[in-house]
Formats: sequence, structure tokens, C-alpha cells
Amino acid sequence: MGILSKIATNDGHGENSPYFDGWKAYDSNPFHLTNNPTGVIQMGLAENQLCFDLIENWLKDHPEASICTPEGVHEFQDIALFQDYHGLPTFRNAVAKFMSRVRGNKVTLDPNNIVMSGGATGAAETISFCIADPGDAFLIPSPHYPAFDRDVCWRTRVNLVPVVCESSNNFNLTITALESAYKEAQDAGIRVKGLIINNPSNPLGTTLDRKTLKSIVRFINEKGIHLVCDEIYAATVFCQPDFISISEILEEVECNKNLVHILYSLSKDMGLPGFRVGIIYSYNKDVVSIARKMSSFGLVSTQTQHLIASMLSDDDFVERYLAESAKRLALRHRTLTRGLAQVGISSLKSNAGLFFWMDLRRLLKEPTFEEELKLWRVIIHEVKLNVSPGQSFHCSEPGWFRVCFANMDCETMEIALRRIRAFVLQSQEAEVPVKRHRWSNNLRLSFSSTRCEDSMMTPRVMTPHSPMPHSPLVRAV
Amino acid sequence: MAIEIEQQPSVGLSKIAVSDTHGEDSPYFAGWKAYDENPYHESNNPDGVIQMGLAENQVSFDLLEKYLEQHSEASNWGRGTGISAFRENALYQDYHGLETFRKAMASFMEKIRGGRAKFDPNRVVLTAGATAANELLTFILADPGDALLVPTPYYPGFDRDIRWRTGVKIVPIHTDSKNNFRITRQALEEAYSKAQSQNIKVRGVLITNPSNPLGAAVEKTVLEDILEFVTCKNIHLVSDEIYSGSVFCPNEFVSVAEILHARNYKDAERVHIVYSLSKDLGLPGFRVGTIYSYNDKVVTTARRMSSFSLVSSQTQHLLASMLSDTKFTDNYIKTNRERLRKRYEFIIEGLRKSGIECLKGNAGLFCWMNLSPYLDTPTREGELAIWDSIMHEVKLNISPGSSCHCSEPGWFRVCFANMSQQTLEVALKRLHDFMEKRKIEKSLLL
Repeated sequence: MGILSKIATNDGHGENSPYFDGWKAYDSNPFHLTNNPTGVIQMGLAENQLCFDLIENWLKDHPEASICTPEGVHEFQDIALFQDYHGLPTFRNAVAKFMSRVRGNKVTLDPNNIVMSGGATGAAETISFCIADPGDAFLIPSPHYPAFDRDVCWRTRVNLVPVVCESSNNFNLTITALESAYKEAQDAGIRVKGLIINNPSNPLGTTLDRKTLKSIVRFINEKGIHLVCDEIYAATVFCQPDFISISEILEEVECNKNLVHILYSLSKDMGLPGFRVGIIYSYNKDVVSIARKMSSFGLVSTQTQHLIASMLSDDDFVERYLAESAKRLALRHRTLTRGLAQVGISSLKSNAGLFFWMDLRRLLKEPTFEEELKLWRVIIHEVKLNVSPGQSFHCSEPGWFRVCFANMDCETMEIALRRIRAFVLQSQEAEVPVKRHRWSNNLRLSFSSTRCEDSMMTPRVMTPHSPMPHSPLVRAV
Repeated sequence: MAIEIEQQPSVGLSKIAVSDTHGEDSPYFAGWKAYDENPYHESNNPDGVIQMGLAENQVSFDLLEKYLEQHSEASNWGRGTGISAFRENALYQDYHGLETFRKAMASFMEKIRGGRAKFDPNRVVLTAGATAANELLTFILADPGDALLVPTPYYPGFDRDIRWRTGVKIVPIHTDSKNNFRITRQALEEAYSKAQSQNIKVRGVLITNPSNPLGAAVEKTVLEDILEFVTCKNIHLVSDEIYSGSVFCPNEFVSVAEILHARNYKDAERVHIVYSLSKDLGLPGFRVGTIYSYNDKVVTTARRMSSFSLVSSQTQHLLASMLSDTKFTDNYIKTNRERLRKRYEFIIEGLRKSGIECLKGNAGLFCWMNLSPYLDTPTREGELAIWDSIMHEVKLNISPGSSCHCSEPGWFRVCFANMSQQTLEVALKRLHDFMEKRKIEKSLLL
């Protein structure tokens, strides 16, 4: 039988990483408040589950937003037939308005620059196809979202060149680091086509300040390279400083706007990852045109476009939602980070995201990545929490972990906090940084879980015949 | 206040971005523009351009709407509890796809094939439309510079789906009107040799069955020939069966799945089927495509790649509901076929009265019309000239065979399922008048 392509047989999908202990542990023993209170709590999943009640109530009050209800079915045929890659005008308008509102209405985004994609996953890949040729590279600050390796590089055959950010200055992105990474790439004969930034940052949970954003813009203009700003967490900013989008900066500094592109999605801000609403917003008319043609490969279902258009056009709802979401995220964040601080665990000061960046360096026996992995296994198997080790984000220093807090209810969060506190106190008493257990390092077990979430590459080394039990993520079946 | 520096000329984009392999500059799309500028409307614009270049299925929407009216659970989000079911559905981004939906799809595909093939829900990979499915499969089966063999005439969109971002080539397998555009062993071998002579590695054959634009199912013996050919060359076979539910007479369609089933799936690992609900159910906006592969590695890899183009969970839920309802699907399949058959017979008869013959068809949303006797010159230019007249004088948008890479000039694809019966009558009358006028003009010239 004919062999498969290089793309099909390489590791570009990112799932063959050694990090599947956490997922396996969770899937085989998932926490449930009543049915399994000693199970593993999932804190490796950057989902926003805090405001579904608001959306559910809105849906109840607006049956016409669905094309299946008696109130909405008269639109069924038109919606079902519409496959124009420009998208429903109502959808584009509503998304542009929403994105502008999320930016405090300090900018007005143009619906004509809005292009659909298969989630932010599709958006990142598409922009990569538009801007770079095989063998070219993007600079990207680390630590960063692991799946960028797949999204930006896999089928495009483009490379990522990390720009290392360090804890010594709170992982801030410096021009020195950018210049140095750029030069190194050049010296190595690598053609850098652009810089990708994630603002607010996953995994850091921080936003970029005005000064840094301006110097980034100066940098890319000087080098004549593109700037791709993934602003997927824009509406998860829950306290000061306010979010500053690149779109604002473009109004304030000299810039060749043809170099700037924003990636967005409703998966995080609105908690709707299943709906696959990805957006590319480009200031470059050619890129808008090309990306739109490419969007044929990942259009948003018109059924979903119709629903979202309806929802996001409701100004009152949007106001209430954004305000309430920020409040609830702030509370979660505060409760957890303070609770940890009380037992001497600090985290990077952050104002956004669905997670925080926890500092467990002092619990490492030695400052190595092996020790980080060992600590991580202990947290999974003993503390029964699935958190994400910093190395999966390409962090240059061991000991940092990303902890998600918006994908569970309050009681679960309290239990998680209690467990970490108990563990930390216990470790302090025991006088060794970490209790040692011999865990079998059988990393290549086949297991039964789900998809590639953004925390780590889901290691799906399974045959198509394996069912997927237990994970609540597939309970929708 | 935006302070902009002087716009630099083309800022660097990729080669893919600046190429025209997206295919939108072809005449196939020029007709679209004419239609968009002056669309026909029964009452508001009765002299406008009638769209006959769009392979859409609008004949059975009433059945879908009736289903929705009678089944309120399709508008709820999930199993009964309403509220939290929404949350589960909205969060569900697993690239395996909802199990209920995969099961429903598999069973629907079985029904279409009269139960003569079995489909395992665990081999169903979901993608945002057949567009995504075909590109994805190409990424998996071929490297840049390699080729897939595709019989002509073929769906113009393949030029983009198979080639654009993948860097893969299409080498045509030529077919001839003399034997009804049948794919022959000789043509397969010739295409393969041609590729070889250009040092191009052939990775597979892509067929569409039933065929677009021919509107005919591929015969069983031909399928067997193709299977033998790909086995002998040790390459893949992709069978795009997007029109499988639109065959007028069920026993005239044989899916490659049936042949494999009869052989106990011996050597099936090289075969992959593409399907979608855009044509059979008339739901192109919902972006529901699938890849069904008998190859484990292809299924796993396709699933991973589908992350770039998943089907909205909201849509998966709606369709799982609908397609699990066997009473609905049985009735839909039967009624849809019947209505398409009636439309087909109506248009064939109408064209015949105008002196126009078509290829004998038995499937699809279009017929393959032969205007070669009426070309001024038997060339592509002659074809485009008559196409231009039909577009601007007759005000019908039909698709010229050259845009489908047909090797003989004068053939046109004419869609009949994307309009009301009344509009079809208007279109046929216009064509009839045009042909009569030409006859008179020709006789005056003699």
C-alpha cells in the first residue's frame, strides 16, 4: 500500500510529547464532586466555564437566534444554503462590533477586514500560509502556547524561532531579546518573515504595556517583517492594567499597517470552543483577500454564524457579559493566588487569562527540567491535580507551572486549593522538597482520551477503534 | 488619528499567496459575477440572469423544515436537560467528533448504499466540508511536487483543493465522448506514464462517483479496473462520493465501499472515501464533510489535521438528531431521489425539444449538455463564444466544459436543482427561443 506523505509521518502534529501522564491520570480517574471526590482535578485545560448561565439565559429569551425553533425556522433554508466565504454580513458586523467593544471602543474595527477560519487553530495556520514560505520562520516569545508548533509549522513547513523571556524580569519581552533572536536567525541563514505575539499571554496571563507594544511595532517596521498578534484572551482581562490591543497602538505610532494582523476567536472569551469561530483581522487588503479564499477550508457553520450574529449584536447582553465575566475571573484568580501565597507559593503577577503562572522553583530538588517533570508527576499522582509543566510551553527555566482556574465550579476550585496547600505544607514539614515515589515512566501507553487542548499535546496514540470513556469532555455524546 | 508612512509596494507575502492556484480567475467564476450583478427573480427581476452554474440541492428543504417543526429536541442542545447540555455542546471540541453524530453519519452513508456496505463510526473523520476533506487527504497522501491522477472533466474546485496550499499536482486522465467519458485502463496508464516521463511521482487517483460534471455514476467494471490499477501501482484511491445520495435510481450506483465489502476488505488500506451533506441534504452552509478511510494511520492523521477545520458542535448536534431518525432518513432519501429524477427528466426533455442532447445521466444536480454541433469552430474559443452568448443574450449562467478541463470543446454543465420548477421552465423557454433563432439565422446564411 502506498506510503503516506512526509507531513503525515512526521511529528509535526505535536502529540508525541512525553506529557501525557497528566491526561491519562485525569482520564482514568476524573474528579467528580459527588461520584469521585478523590479523583484528579483537571487544571490543565484553558476553558472558560464561568459565564454559561448568562449565555443560556440569553438563548432562552431569544429562540429566534436558532434556525431550528419555531421562531427561527423560517430562516433555515437561506442560512443552510449560504456558503459565501465573506460570511453572513450580520455575523461580520457583529464580530467587528464585539471586538471593538472588547477594546473599550478605543478603536473601530472594519467588518470588511474580518475573515473566518476554523477556530484560532485555523487562523494561525492560514496566516502562516499567507505570509511565509516553507523554510521561513517566525520569531515567537517563549514561554508560549505549545500548539503554535503545530498550527504555524506542521503543514506549512514554516519554523518557529523562540525569543527567550526570563523570570528575572518577570518574563517581559525585551527589544534586546528580539534583536538578539533576529540576528541569530539571520546568521544561521534563516529567513524571518514575522513575529508572533500572544497578548494577553498564554501561559503567563499578562498583558503587554504600551511601551513594549510600541517598541515591537518599531522593531517589525525596521526589519520589514510581519506582526501577528494573537489576541484570543482579549476579553479575559480581569483587573488593571487595561488591555491594550495592537489596533490601538496603530493609531498612535507610525507603522506600515500592511504588516499587521490580528488573530481572534470566541473559544476563550465566550467559552465556545466547540463552535469553531476563528477570526483573522488584517490591515493588509491583499492578506484579507487571500485569507478569505483560504477560509474555504475552514468556514464557520452558518448555523453558528447566525446564532453568534444575533447574540453579539445585543449590546446590553455584551455589556453585561463582559463585565460579569471579568468579575468572576478576578474572583477566581484572587482566591487561588492568595490561597497559594499564604503557603508561600507565589505566581507571576497577572491580570488576564484563564490561568496563572505558578512558581514552584523552590520545590525542585535541583533546577533542572528532569526535576520539573518529577515534581509534575508527584502533583498528578499524589496531589491529584493536572497542571501543566513549564517545559511544555518551551519555558527556558524549570519550576514554573500553568494552573487553569476557569474550567471548574467553585467547590472544585476550593478542593484543588486545599490539596495544593496541604501538599506544600507537607513538603515543608518533610524537609525534602518533594516526596519521592517511583512512578513508572511508561510514557508510550495507549490511552483513551480526547483532543489536542492547548495545554499540552494530546497524545492520541490509539487506534481509531478505541472508545473514549470517562472524560467529561466527551460526555456530550 | 492614524499616522501612516508611505505605503510600500507589495510587502512580502508567500508564494502560495501570490499564485493564482486558488483558481478564481477562471471563466467558471466570470458567470458568477454576471449573475451577482443581475440575478433573476420571478417577480422583481424576470429578465435577470438565471443561475444554472450552482450545484445546489433546493428540491427537498420542505422535508428538513418539517422535521424541525416536529422535533423540538433538535433545537435543544442535548439530552433533555436543556441548560447544562448547552454547556457540554459548546465546550465540545474533541476532534473525534460527537459519537452520536459519527454514528448517524455512518448509518446514513449505509442507507444511501442500500446497506450493501458497512461504515464504522470510528473511521469517520469530520471536516468543515468536502473542500477541507479533499485538501486534507492530499496533504496526507502526497508530498509537494507529487501528483494525483484525476479523470477529466472534473469539478473546477479540485484545482484549488488538491493543489493550492499542498503544492501537489493534478495529472489528468483523459476521457472521450465517443465512449461516454468512461475512464479506460488505457487512459489510466497513459496518465501515469505521462507523469513518470516528467519525473512526477504519482501518489493516487481521485475519482468523483457519481461524477461532477457528468451527472453519471461510475460503472462497476470501471471501478474494478481502477482498483486493479491502483493496486498494481501501489498507490491510493480517493473516491469523492459527495453525490451518492443524489442518484435517481439506487441500483445504478455502486460505491467503492461495496466492492471492498464484497472482497472482505482485502487491500482496502489504500482506499479513502470523501462525503459531505452539502449536496444530498442541501446544507452547504453548515460545512459538514467527512473522510472515511480503511487505513488506520490515515484516520489517525486525518483526525489530527481536522483540528484546522472541525465541524461546529452546534451543527453536529442538530444533524446527529436528524440523521439518527431512520423514519426521516428513509423518507428523505427516497423522496429526494424521486424529485431529482423528475427534474432531470424534465430538463432533458426540454433540451431535447430545443435540439440539444445530453450525456445519459443518472445522478447529481446537473446534466452534461452537448452543444458541440452548434459551435462556430470546434475549439475552446468556439465554446467560450457560445457560452458568452448564452450568458449575455439568453441570460443563463451555465458552466463551460473547459473550466472542468474537458478535452473536447462544446460540453456544458447545467444545474437544475437550485431553482423552482417555474424558473426551470423559464430557463428552458429562453434556451429554446435562442436555439430557434440560431436555426433561422443559420438557414438564412445558407
